[in-house]
Amino acid sequence: MSKIHIPTPLRQYAGKQPAVEVTAATVGEALSGLVSKHPDLRRHLYTDDGKLRAFVNVYLNDEDVRYLQKEATTLKDSDSISIIPSIAGGR
Amino acid sequence: MLKINHKEYEALRLHGEETYPHECCGVLLGQMNEDGRVVTSIARCGNTRTDSPQNRYHIDPRELVRIQREGRERGEDIVGFYHSHPDHPALWSQTDLAEAHWLGCSYVITSVEKGKAEVTNSFELGGSDESDKQFADEKIELV
Repeated sequence: MSKIHIPTPLRQYAGKQPAVEVTAATVGEALSGLVSKHPDLRRHLYTDDGKLRAFVNVYLNDEDVRYLQKEATTLKDSDSISIIPSIAGGR
Repeated sequence: MLKINHKEYEALRLHGEETYPHECCGVLLGQMNEDGRVVTSIARCGNTRTDSPQNRYHIDPRELVRIQREGRERGEDIVGFYHSHPDHPALWSQTDLAEAHWLGCSYVITSVEKGKAEVTNSFELGGSDESDKQFADEKIELV
């Protein structure tokens, strides 16, 4: 099982849970499993054409999956996935 | 409403003075409740916008993952963020809104005039998704 950590704003769409456990072989499968369990999360994570939103960062342990094999990145048991919306701004 | 103790409040204002004339940025950790957010600690972050640090900020998501994990181990959640506006009012900008994605969290802004922290305001990011998000003024209660 891999654990997906849900950021505070999205927990209301994930049964108010801080983390969701899924059985998956890849990061993509884990995210698909997550939105299957909690369909209300989909529009917050994906665009209408099914792409992960640009401001949604997905980390496998401490690595950005964009710099691994993206959604094809394979998972080991006890891996930890974090969904982290970006933080930026300025005057 | 955002509840924060004096120590953390002064620490985030001081951070803005230390990084002046660049923007500072950091994370507010604590608990969400029915009345709003209660801050129990803050985490300073580096500003990765080295191309334009005087008027832009960005927090490395890797740093956020670490802060979120360390907060979790202490029983704290991310409840908001802070940054400074060097020589500019403590009001949210269109850039701040466009780049804000943590709905239901607090965004604290401190104006730093000539190196001295002046006004600190907080704004709650409301709305149901990206299409209708907006900032609303929120009271800061020092505890």
